[in-house]
This record gives sequence, C-alpha cells and structure tokens, in this order.
Amino acid sequence: MEVKGTIYRIAGPVVTVIDVPTKMYDVVKVGNEGLMGEVIGIEGDKSTIQVYEDTSGIAPGEPVENTGMPLSVELGPGLLESIYDGIQRPLPVLMGLMKSDFIERGVTAPGLDRDREWEFTPVVIKGTEVKGGDIIGTVPETHIEHKIMVPPTVSGVVDDIKSGSFKVTDCICTLADGTELTLMQKWPVRAPRPSRKKLMPNIPLITGQRILDGLFPLAKGGTAAIPGPFGSGKTVTQQQLAKWSDTEIVVYIGCGERGNEMADVLNEFPELADPKTGKPLMERTVLIANTSNMPVAAREASVYTGMAIAEYYRDMGYDVSLMADSTSRWAEAMREISSRLEEMPGEEGYPAYLSARLSEFYERAGRVDTLSGLTGSVTVIGAVSPPGGDFSEPVTQNTLRIVKVFWALDAKLSQKRHFPSINWLESYSLYLDLLSDWYNEQVSPKWLQLRGDAMEILQKESELQEIVQLVGSDALPEDQQLTMEVARMLREIFLQQNAFHPVDTFCTMEHQYGLIKAILKYSDMANNALESGVPLEDIISVKSKDDLSKVKFEKELDEELDKVLATMDNEFETMREAVK
Amino acid sequence: MKEYKTINEVSGPLIFVEKTEPVGYNELVYIKLEDGTTKRGQVLDTSKDIVVVQVFEGTGGLNRSCGVRFTGETIKLPVSIDLLGRILSGSGDPLDGGPRIVPEDRIDINGAAMNPYARKPPEDFIQTGISTIDGMNTLVRGQKLPIFSGSGLPHNDIALQIARQAKVPGSEEAFAVVFAGMGITNEEAQTFMQDFERTGALERAVVFLNLADDPAVERLITPRLALTAAEYLAYEHNMHVLVVLTDLTNYAEALRQMGAAREEVPGRRGYPGYMYTDFSTIYERAGVIKGRKGSVTQFPILSMPGDDITHPIPDLSGYITEGQIVVSRDLHRKGIYPPINVLPSLSRLMNSGIGEGKTREDHKAVSDQMYAAYAEGNDLRGLVAIVGKEALSERDRKFLEFADMFEDQFVRQGRDEDRDIDTTLEIGWNLLAELPEAQLTRIDSETIAKYHPAHRAK
Repeated sequence: MEVKGTIYRIAGPVVTVIDVPTKMYDVVKVGNEGLMGEVIGIEGDKSTIQVYEDTSGIAPGEPVENTGMPLSVELGPGLLESIYDGIQRPLPVLMGLMKSDFIERGVTAPGLDRDREWEFTPVVIKGTEVKGGDIIGTVPETHIEHKIMVPPTVSGVVDDIKSGSFKVTDCICTLADGTELTLMQKWPVRAPRPSRKKLMPNIPLITGQRILDGLFPLAKGGTAAIPGPFGSGKTVTQQQLAKWSDTEIVVYIGCGERGNEMADVLNEFPELADPKTGKPLMERTVLIANTSNMPVAAREASVYTGMAIAEYYRDMGYDVSLMADSTSRWAEAMREISSRLEEMPGEEGYPAYLSARLSEFYERAGRVDTLSGLTGSVTVIGAVSPPGGDFSEPVTQNTLRIVKVFWALDAKLSQKRHFPSINWLESYSLYLDLLSDWYNEQVSPKWLQLRGDAMEILQKESELQEIVQLVGSDALPEDQQLTMEVARMLREIFLQQNAFHPVDTFCTMEHQYGLIKAILKYSDMANNALESGVPLEDIISVKSKDDLSKVKFEKELDEELDKVLATMDNEFETMREAVK
Repeated sequence: MKEYKTINEVSGPLIFVEKTEPVGYNELVYIKLEDGTTKRGQVLDTSKDIVVVQVFEGTGGLNRSCGVRFTGETIKLPVSIDLLGRILSGSGDPLDGGPRIVPEDRIDINGAAMNPYARKPPEDFIQTGISTIDGMNTLVRGQKLPIFSGSGLPHNDIALQIARQAKVPGSEEAFAVVFAGMGITNEEAQTFMQDFERTGALERAVVFLNLADDPAVERLITPRLALTAAEYLAYEHNMHVLVVLTDLTNYAEALRQMGAAREEVPGRRGYPGYMYTDFSTIYERAGVIKGRKGSVTQFPILSMPGDDITHPIPDLSGYITEGQIVVSRDLHRKGIYPPINVLPSLSRLMNSGIGEGKTREDHKAVSDQMYAAYAEGNDLRGLVAIVGKEALSERDRKFLEFADMFEDQFVRQGRDEDRDIDTTLEIGWNLLAELPEAQLTRIDSETIAKYHPAHRAK
C-alpha cells in the first residue's frame, strides 16, 4: 500500500509532510528523488519525518510516498562480509551505483545481493510442523553455517521444501496454508527479536586482553561500556576486542566515527586472519559504517540496524559480540533530531527519553534460549565519549546505570604510553561472582584468589604513591618499596599489552594465569628474602625479574616462563645462602 | 526568476520571506537593496508559505521593500586550476584585483560525504621538519591534525613553518596549500600573505580570507569554499593539498551566533547541539581515495578559550580529528619555540605512517620511550617542588634531567630549521643515551644494539 502526499516544510534533516496518512516509524520516500525517511511524529494531518539523506534543494510541494513499513533490515545469507551504512545500504554497491567515491542522494540498494545464489540444504521434511524461529535448513555462508529460520511470526506445517541453489528471494519452502518462505526475512530494527528465555550470563567472553579477562571480565551476553576521553586508545581497544573475542560473529557499528578510522577497519578486517580458523576475520563480521559527516538520522538508526543483525545470528545459536562506537555519537544524533523537533530538552539538551532509549538498547543484549531451543548470545560493548572526559555527563551516567562492566580508559595512562590504557582502579566488573564457577573449573581454583591479591597490591600502590609524592620513594620502609616494585611489575608485565606485537596481542587465560602467578611468586619469595635479611637492592635487581618482563613476547611462553621461574628459584636460593 | 518583495521580518542575520512558489532547502538567495547593492543568503528553513534566509553579508541596510530572488540551486564555487595563486574573500570573490575565475566546473560547496568504502587509509608520512611533530606526533597524508592553541601563542608561526616545509621525502608529486582565514585580524592575514610571498608559496596556494570585520555569517561558508577548492585540486588535478584553516574558534562563534538568532535550543555553553555534526562536515573532508592520486590533509588551528582543552570547541574537534598538536603556554614562557607539548598531543594515524620503509624501524620505539621518559621527568618536577632535588634517587634525577634536555634540544628548534626525520631520531637517541640503558624498557634489545649511540660507537 503506497499513499502519496506532499512536503510542507523542510529544516535540515527534519521534514514535515501533509496529506499522507502515516503510522509512527513508517518508512517514507521524500521528494522527487525519493529520499528515505522515517516518521517520528504525527500532528493533525501533518507528519514529521527524519530523512536519512541530505535535504539540500528539496522544496515544499514535492511528493511524498508512504511505504507503510517500519524501518527494517533484510536478514539472510550474505550479511557476513558486508559493509553497510546506517540503514543497511551496502557501501561497496552504492559506490558502483553512484559511480562516485562520495555518497550521492536518492540511491538505494537492497541489503542482500539479489543475484547471488546460495546452496540450501533442508533439515525438515514435508509434514514437519514448524513454528517461528525453527530452523528449516542451512546455507554455507562463509565458514559460518547460516541457519535458515522460520520468521518469528510464522508457523504451520511444511507442505513443500526444496533443496539446491537459490537466490535470497526465491521460495524454498511452502507451508500448508500457502505461506511461502524465502532464504531472506525482514525484521523491523527497533523491535527486539523474540527468544524463549534469558539465561544468566555465567560464561566469560574471552578477549585475550589481560586487563579485561584477568581483572575485569565480561560475560557472554553481558554489557560493557568503554568510556574514554579522546586520545585514550578507545578505538584500538575496541578493534582488539573485535579481532580477538571468542564469539562466532562480530557486528561492528562505526556510529558517527571518523572516516579514516572506518577506512582502516574496512581495510584491516578483510586482511586479518581469524586466530581460531585461520580464515579472514571478515568471514564472520558485519560492518556498519556511518561516519560523522553522513546523515545524522541514519546514524541514529545504525545501532538498531546492527542490533537486529546481531539478534538474528544469536537466534541461530551463535555467540555474537556487538561493538557500538560510539553510543555518545548516537545520543548526539538523538539530541540533534530532538532539537530540530523543538522538543523540550532534558539534561544538557539531550531529549528526556535518552535514558529510556539507552536502557532499551542495552537490554537487547543477553544469553538466551532461542525459539528453536538453541543457546545464543549477544554481548554489547558500547563506547561512550564523555565530552571533556567528564563522566558526570548524561550519556555516561545513564549508560553506567545499565551496564555491568566498566572499562575506564584513561588519557593519562596513554600519555605515559601504558596500553591498553584502562585504569585498573576505576574499572569494575559485576560479573565476577557469576563467573566464579567457570574460573574454578576452567582456569584454576586459585585464580580468583590471585586476582584479588593482584588487585590489592595495585590498590596499595596507589595509596603509597600519595606518600611518595610527598616524601620520595626512598623514605618508604623496605617492604613497602618492595610492594611498589611488585605493583610496577604487575602494571608493566601483566597490565601492559602490545596490540601490535604478534604474540603479545593475544594472551590465553592459561598464560594470564601463568604470568600473574609468576609475579606473585616473585612477590612472595622477595618478601621472604627481605625478612631473612637479603638487601632490597639485591632482591630488586635479580635477573629473572627482568627476564619475566620479556616472557610475554615469547612464542613458547610456557617453556620460557618455566625457565624464568627456575632461574628465580636459584637466584633467591643463592641470596638466602649468602646472608645465612 | 521571480523577485519577491515580501520580507516579513528581519531578525539579526535572518530574514523571513513570504512566497508562493516552492523554494528548496539550502538554496542560494540574492537580496537586492534599495541602493542597488546585492547581498547573498541561504535558505535555512522552508515551508509552504514562509522561508527563513540567513544573510551572509549581514542584514545592515535591509528593509521590508528589498527584493528577494531564489536561485533554485545551492551555493557553488566556480573552480579552475587558475585558483592557484589567487586571494579570494570569505565568500569567494577576488580580493587581489585579479579577474573573476573562469570556471571549469561549479561545485556544491557542501560536498558529499565520502563513501567510507572508497577511502584509502592514510599512510604516507609527511615530513614537516618539526621534531615534535615528525618524531612523536607524525602527520600523514589525508589526516586532519589540528593545532590546539591559546591566545598569544605562536600557532600561526607553526602553521606557516609547516606549510613551508611539509613534504613527502623522496616524492616529487604536485603539492598545493589552501588557506582559509576565518575571522582573523588584518594583521594576521598580512603576516600570512607576506610569508607566502616571501617564500614563493603563494604560487601554489589558494587563499580565502574572511577578516575579523567581515560578516560573521560568511565565516560559515569560508571553510567549505576552501575545502571545495582543495577537493577539486586533489581529485581532479591529482595534487596533494594541505588545508590550513584558522581559526576554528571564530567559526564556532559564528555558528553559535546563528543558532541564537534562530532561537534554537542551545547545547553546552550556548553552542548549538549539532556543532559536532557541523564540525564533522568540515573535518571529514580530509582523506585519500582509493585509485586517485591526490589527497586532502587538514591542519586546522583553533584557540582554546582560557587554554581549556575541555571547552566544547577543542573537545568536539578532538573527537573528529585524528589527534591534536597542543601548544603550551608554559613552554612558550620558557622561551622555547615551537612550544609544542608532546604529552597531551597525539597523532592517531602515526603508527600507520612510520616504521620500516616509511621512516625508520626504530621510530616507534624511540617515540614511545621518549614519551614515557618525558612524562616521568615531568611528573618528578612536581615532586622536586616539594622535596627538593636532593631527595630524589639517582635514577629519578636522570629522568628529571632528561625532561629538561628534551625540551631544550628536541622540542626547541629554529623557525627556519627544517630537520629531516633522521636528524630528529638522532637527537632522540642522543637524549635517550643519557638515561641508564636498563631504563629503556620500551625499546627491544635488538634495536638498542643497532641504534643506541653507546653501541654504535663500538
């Protein structure tokens, strides 16, 4: 059903149209060029529309068409390896269609390639009763098996099911009531896809980043925020997460991001090998790039587009991680549109519904029993960019009320070239208790104890640091000087991690455990030695301590670590002998 | 083209016009005054019966009987290769007494957003000849790297030095400078012009000048004109274009002024809520495109009100630009030129522009080590103020000395001193050699063995 009306008023991305019946969030084609927009307000016979493209030159009186459909994404094989803008237009395809390196107006392209054929293998037979979310067959999308599901709102008995090569719009299955199913389904982005039940997040998301896995873990299906003032290494941290976290699918949303950084992601991802399969990382990635200078309304939509895609793969039983960089830019898009609508502003000009929108979004994360009885998860990692590094601003505060993990990036650390520059005193994770069983079984029953000890030493260091600031480090008693030294080791050996070093870039839980155990072993032995009268200088200058700082760069980490620990034993033995 | 004599209201830089024909958003508007002069404006809001127009040359002298013509097209810049060597006003008219540009093309000044997929990640090292930039905050082609400065600091000298010295070592490709002055004083403008003329840089430069006494609204289009010219030279004539925009703070003030005139809901400190998006449509026009030879590199200058880096202007800029070069008042007071404080400075694209085959394999390690050592030395200064130098350990004293030497030898250089990257790194190594070798924890042993002066001497 398409109904036509005309444009009444244009002010930037907000267009008012008249004489066309609309529902909230209907997608509308605006003007002679048919620019895509979405209904965000209705008043009398006028509807307010946010337009996803530049409105320059559009005049009142031009036609408007209502598609009668809410903003939807196309879900089906072909999503992986794609690079979309905020409203699921494939950027490489747009480049071809527009014959330009710039984004021109009024060009649309379907999210999924209509011509590409996929090899479909059914897993149900005629007569099977299917309901929403059930898997009727599979398609090898990349090395990831794409499961073709019955749309959540459909159910019935399979009357006919095909097998072979099909395009996404071909009918592959007919139900008894005549409903035809295709490889592709559509889903309105702003509505969460249904699942059977939410599960407790009690499995950690392994990222290979020591400070994250080791000190402030995130659970699969959990939520985390990375706030960081600019220049604090947020982007590198997020890219590391995208590369290394142990999820099958990665959805990366560059929301209001820099063009050059996005270009870097777009170029780097296809070249990266997935550490587990050795295949290109892109084969399990969907990228959404809506840079800061692309239309603001599409930026607002981009996080929902990404979320709907993430939920779709979750429903197939996969673990999905969704990175949104940055949710602040998304909130700013909301603010900008709200101010064009002349809505009454809340805090700092943000709309009063900011908090509600943020919580709705993060609540779509979770580990779930899917409709078809599988288990899948969407883990959301949202970056926040607090203006001026001021964490008391509304976006950060509203986000912190929702998320369970906070990785506090610190510009001071990055100035000191401490990477990843996550502040270990300000960060937190509320998942530790939920994950304790997993650690006890999978890493070591001692892990949480060691982690606690390490945190305590770091905490002590910050207290001692205040004293040192006043009186200098030499004025401290020797045991406290030793604590400072151990804390320094924890910082430089365990917490610092070089994202660009081939080995150090990823550290398994096992190796993390080994490293932290070694540092704390040094701490114990050093304290004992100090008590038995070994001079502090000797303890601090043992060779094995310096060696320990290099172990993390070694390919054969276990062997090297054993060697260092053996040397350490010997050295301390010798020192003790000497003072006897 | 119909002329309307239906101005309903004049309010600050805005006029409200009643009309009958449809008028497009962002359309260019001519307003004819009673004395025969013409002003230009742009449509901000258009509806069935009324149009809001912002007038670039200010609304002085306007009254309700002025004629208003809507051109039916957005603002365009006539472009041609002859733009090089020209000095134009903030709205694109010749200021140098030369003829009007005979256009090869007319391009919409708002520019379209570059398709992120068409972008090529910037990676070509640009040598500016300034150690603190080349060595520790490396600039690459296609980057936008602003100078965050304050009033009374020599940011203009730095910008000029960069415009003069910038080159890609070993490359002979065509190079141009586009300069846009927004709300700068006549004196500043003359300094720039004289330097351009003295060094012969004007021949390969296009200059747009909106001076302090020119209408503020015009400032909103000046950078867009400049970038349109830059994109044209880069993508149609395969040139590497360095765009110097000064001063973005004046631009933001004009933006705020317009927002207030339109009675918009203000954001932080009265600046409009869309300032981030607006800035992005300027900064994001830097870049390199796959398969094209040219590039646009931006060097915007902005003065931080009250030297406050958290002020909305530097803050929002920092989220879009790829780093920042921070000019420090403390260093300036110490008499050091260029007073660039490397600690809060950053080049986000540095890592893709340095290393083997680009600069030198030890570049990153040297830079990281110097950052760490200088940061530590700088921290110790605070401690020394309390406890005195004597209370420091031998090690700490070394770092303290390092910080002083770093400022004196690495940061300080002459206004015409063009250091190549090898010289810069050499100075770096000589400074690092003053520290105990065991403290060089950011440099691996192989690099130390190869480059450390103590080892090379053997």
